[in-house]
Amino acid sequence: MQYIDRLQVRKRINFRLRLNSILKYVFLGATLSGLVVLAILLIRTVSQGFAWIDWNFITGHLSMDPEKAGIMGAILGTFWLMLVVVFFTLFLGMGAAIYLELYAKKGRIHSLIQTNIANLAGVPSIVYGILGLTVFVRLMDFGSTVLAGGLTLSLLVLPIVIVSSQEALRAVPQTLGEASYGLGASKWQTIKSIILPTALPSILTGSILALSRAIGETAPLVVLGIPALLIPFPGGFMDRFTALPMQIYYWTLDAALVEEYANLAAASIIILLLMLFILNSIAIYIRNKFQHRF
Amino acid sequence: MAVQTQLYAVPAIEKKESKNKNEVEKESIFETKSLNLWYGETQALKNIDLKIPEKSITAIIGPSGCGKSTFIKTLNRMVELIPSVQTKGDIHYKGSNILSKDYSAEALRTDVGMVFQKPNPFPKSIYDNVAYGPRIHGIKKKSILDDIVEKSLKDAFIWDEVKDRLKENAFGLSGGQQQRLCIARCLAIEPEVILMDEPTSALDPISTTKVEELIQSLKKQYSIVIVTHNMQQAARISDQTAFFLNGEVVEFGKTDELFTEPKDSRTMDYINGRFG
Repeated sequence: MQYIDRLQVRKRINFRLRLNSILKYVFLGATLSGLVVLAILLIRTVSQGFAWIDWNFITGHLSMDPEKAGIMGAILGTFWLMLVVVFFTLFLGMGAAIYLELYAKKGRIHSLIQTNIANLAGVPSIVYGILGLTVFVRLMDFGSTVLAGGLTLSLLVLPIVIVSSQEALRAVPQTLGEASYGLGASKWQTIKSIILPTALPSILTGSILALSRAIGETAPLVVLGIPALLIPFPGGFMDRFTALPMQIYYWTLDAALVEEYANLAAASIIILLLMLFILNSIAIYIRNKFQHRF
Repeated sequence: MAVQTQLYAVPAIEKKESKNKNEVEKESIFETKSLNLWYGETQALKNIDLKIPEKSITAIIGPSGCGKSTFIKTLNRMVELIPSVQTKGDIHYKGSNILSKDYSAEALRTDVGMVFQKPNPFPKSIYDNVAYGPRIHGIKKKSILDDIVEKSLKDAFIWDEVKDRLKENAFGLSGGQQQRLCIARCLAIEPEVILMDEPTSALDPISTTKVEELIQSLKKQYSIVIVTHNMQQAARISDQTAFFLNGEVVEFGKTDELFTEPKDSRTMDYINGRFG
């Protein structure tokens, strides 16, 4: 008794193969549509802004006059912000991930915390802006400073850093930990000398990707009341500042008043993209350099 | 199943005496007393009473899932790494109960080293792999570490193969070399007992032979407990053998006797390949 009818199989095989090749092009189209939009955006931005990038634009102070305007203040502001974000997310993110993954007892409370962290990663950034405004700007009275902005952005990306660090720690083969415990090492010795160094490349990759998200965030900064037109450069954590995305946002808004502001916004976008590109390259470099094979 | 009445199982009266005189502990390094272990609801070890003699090789054989790996991992309390494990009973190591709350697992594992089924070197250099144990126990001086590394690698029969590449990553070694490196890493903490959980099951025949020769040379200095799937291996290298089945010890005795004249019919069936 045969269940598969060879004749039927042969009849259907053409249809199956055709469906396969049609779907291949559907999926290619899906890939291309995203790429095409990105390419249009890039081409427009570069054609509008590239001519405006010169030494004065990069190093100059802000000005109402489009010809004289520079974005060093915003670049420095973004730089200071990142210092705060890197410091807090690496310590808090790695600490929380180590606790949740390696120390905490797995149970109800653990899975409750775990679920909430995953949910926090999906909270809109503007909500974090309101949180930052309430806690850091008003309650702790930091004002619209680098510290307040940096802490707000840290909270925003912390869930991402925690989850990706946890995944990195989980990916370390259990046999390595066992080998260390088997020699009489304590948990912390095992984490410090074996698990963390093995997981570090992936942790750093995840963190840098989260960081590049923080760099581009605008909404929370708007809520925090970060100004765009600010002449002095920020020199420390308690200084008022502006950041690249804010600059782009306000110039885009004001393009209705002064046409050249649109070009300045485009030029700033190119600078921001360059910074992101450099950050991501560092991430890839770190991953490739320290990657372990098992 | 009742208390085992083979060679090393000891009647209750004798136990009482030995507590005072410390006689039994002199010759046996481990002594388990009605050891029971559960993974959640499933009981994996049932009333294990075994005396493991020192400075010899004790093989644990039995079919998959009989509890032999679980048993060996209770001897250095590695089972505790599994969250749902519960143990009952005593394990005496040199006279003190290692399952009691105040016996630290870290101290125990410094005395009772372990070699695992799959070679698991750290992603570090060959030197750092061997020096890891001494370092975590506080040895920092380079000259001492150098000595320990050389001695351990020599004792593990791998010094000649790696002496020119100590700074290279251990992952560059072959599987058999990695396993001997793991044995060297274990020797570096100067243990009294070495537990081996199927140490040759991931190795080719030639590497297996080398590791077996190594194990035999180690028994002069160390007490060795080895879990193996391979009955020929148990017969070749061990002094005494315990046969586990469904979490119980069916038979424990001198390897020669157990393999030639097993007292229990189930042991007979297993060593003749009728199941398992």
